[in-house]
Amino acid sequence: MPTILDFERPFVELENKIAELTSFSREKDLDLSGEIEHLEKRAEELKRSIFANLTPWQRVQLARHPDRPNTEEYVRMLFEDFIEFHGDRCYGEDPAVLGGIGRFNGTAVTVIGHRKGRDTRENVSRNFGMAHPEGFRKALRLMHQAEKFGRPVITFIDTPGAHCGVGAEERGQSCAIAQNLLGMSALRVPIIVVVIGEGGSGGALALGVGDRILMQEHAIFSVISPEGCASILWKDPSRAQEAAEALKLTAHDLLALGIVDEVIPEPLGGAHRDPKRAAALLRERMVQHLETLKRVAPEELVRSRCAKFRQIGLVSEEAGESG
Amino acid sequence: MWIKCPRCGEILYNKDIVKNLKVCRKCGYHFRLTAEERLAFTLDEGSFVEYDSRLVADNPLNFPGYPEKLAEARQTTGLSEAVVTGEGTILGYRVVIGVMDSRFIMASMGAAVGEKITRAAERACERRLPLVLFVASGGARMQEGMVALMQMAKTAAAVKHLDAAGLLYISVLTDPTTGGVSASFAMLGDIILAEPGALIGFTGPRVIEQTIKQKLPDGFQRAEFLQQHGMIDLVVPRARMREILGRIVMLHVGEGN
Repeated sequence: MPTILDFERPFVELENKIAELTSFSREKDLDLSGEIEHLEKRAEELKRSIFANLTPWQRVQLARHPDRPNTEEYVRMLFEDFIEFHGDRCYGEDPAVLGGIGRFNGTAVTVIGHRKGRDTRENVSRNFGMAHPEGFRKALRLMHQAEKFGRPVITFIDTPGAHCGVGAEERGQSCAIAQNLLGMSALRVPIIVVVIGEGGSGGALALGVGDRILMQEHAIFSVISPEGCASILWKDPSRAQEAAEALKLTAHDLLALGIVDEVIPEPLGGAHRDPKRAAALLRERMVQHLETLKRVAPEELVRSRCAKFRQIGLVSEEAGESG
Repeated sequence: MWIKCPRCGEILYNKDIVKNLKVCRKCGYHFRLTAEERLAFTLDEGSFVEYDSRLVADNPLNFPGYPEKLAEARQTTGLSEAVVTGEGTILGYRVVIGVMDSRFIMASMGAAVGEKITRAAERACERRLPLVLFVASGGARMQEGMVALMQMAKTAAAVKHLDAAGLLYISVLTDPTTGGVSASFAMLGDIILAEPGALIGFTGPRVIEQTIKQKLPDGFQRAEFLQQHGMIDLVVPRARMREILGRIVMLHVGEGN
């Protein structure tokens, strides 16, 4: 059963009615095409108006939509000859991070992403896309391998956050994330980061330091979950919607803040309504950025990547209230 | 005048405890220090010159209530932001130094903190001096959203530059060092020291306990635990910190500088 969000219900109901009417007309050999066309137009208009006015909270819901295409599905749709590689060569294999090599638009690349599952069973086996230190270390290992062979790196971000637990702490969650940030900032091959769902804090950023940060229209990227923010700041997790507004976590907000480089449109109704189309829209923009970046010399690549992050939150000296 | 040790309950006379570098004489508990105290306990007297003292946080997201929170923190601490950076000498050796002060919104990192840390690293590069950062922080500053989170990448890149220039970076983790700050420059020191008993981790213990619905063992995420798990170089009692820092710098720069 597909999950229907509250605000999706009006047009989904209409679409169901259209489907019923279509099969009814076929069964009874009745011409209802005028009626159906009218309803289709209304459904489209309804969808358009709902999606033109999404609140940040509704985007949070879309970004977490259980039917939203995940890393594995995009890898299947966008890459040829993909082979998955495992392990951090140190402690273990973390199924919450997918990594490997494949071909993208003719170029051999390294692909890494957080791996959420399609159903509960899959999600449990992948820890809902929440990585342990070994997941981040596998990612860094594969990035260094990419650097050795001059392969561009493409990462997909989709995680509620880094795993929180005893083992993760014992094995240095902080250290693993920090090493990735440092490693990615200096990697001498192009890095394209694509935020496809939930960009949850440090665990997301650990795969997120790139020459380009592309973000799907209904993806989110946030320093903390809206629920976490509301419960810490206002001691009231039920104010998550308000926190979602305040945190400026939508793709368009982050573009305006200069955090992401481009917002990639999704099919009307969201990527889950038409995954193939969503993948095609991604491919088009990824190809263009990759072709541009492939022509940049490694030194210049690293220099401009660092410069890009260097200017985030550039603050001015303010005399007056401070000492 | 009198303070009670939060660990052993001993009643301590304020003047005495300052003389003992704010360490409980009975149980060795290390009280949290203000930036001013830390600088005084670490640097040679009168050697400190501050950088970027006027650099302050904006409200990049127009986050409700944030300007008031900042104003309050400034008022109660007398600081302009959660980190003080500058230059000074330790046992005669010149270093660039940064000290975070947890009284200022839990020393969370927003754009101003990230910028000050980055500039300190850049100055260390320009002047070819070692960098010493005393870290304490609750993590990225929520009210600055993704601008705050990205300071993790920015400061990590700044450390990378120091590294590439062959310069020494010592990070000293103090109570508490958690969240986004622990997962960026804090854990990237060439040498990572920590104060006894300091809480150091990615996720705070309360959140972990709520998540796993179990009580965490005593000593979990404390400095000694991190040393045991291979995450830091050395736990250094406050009374020896200045000497150890001086010695490490000495071994990297030779005689005098």
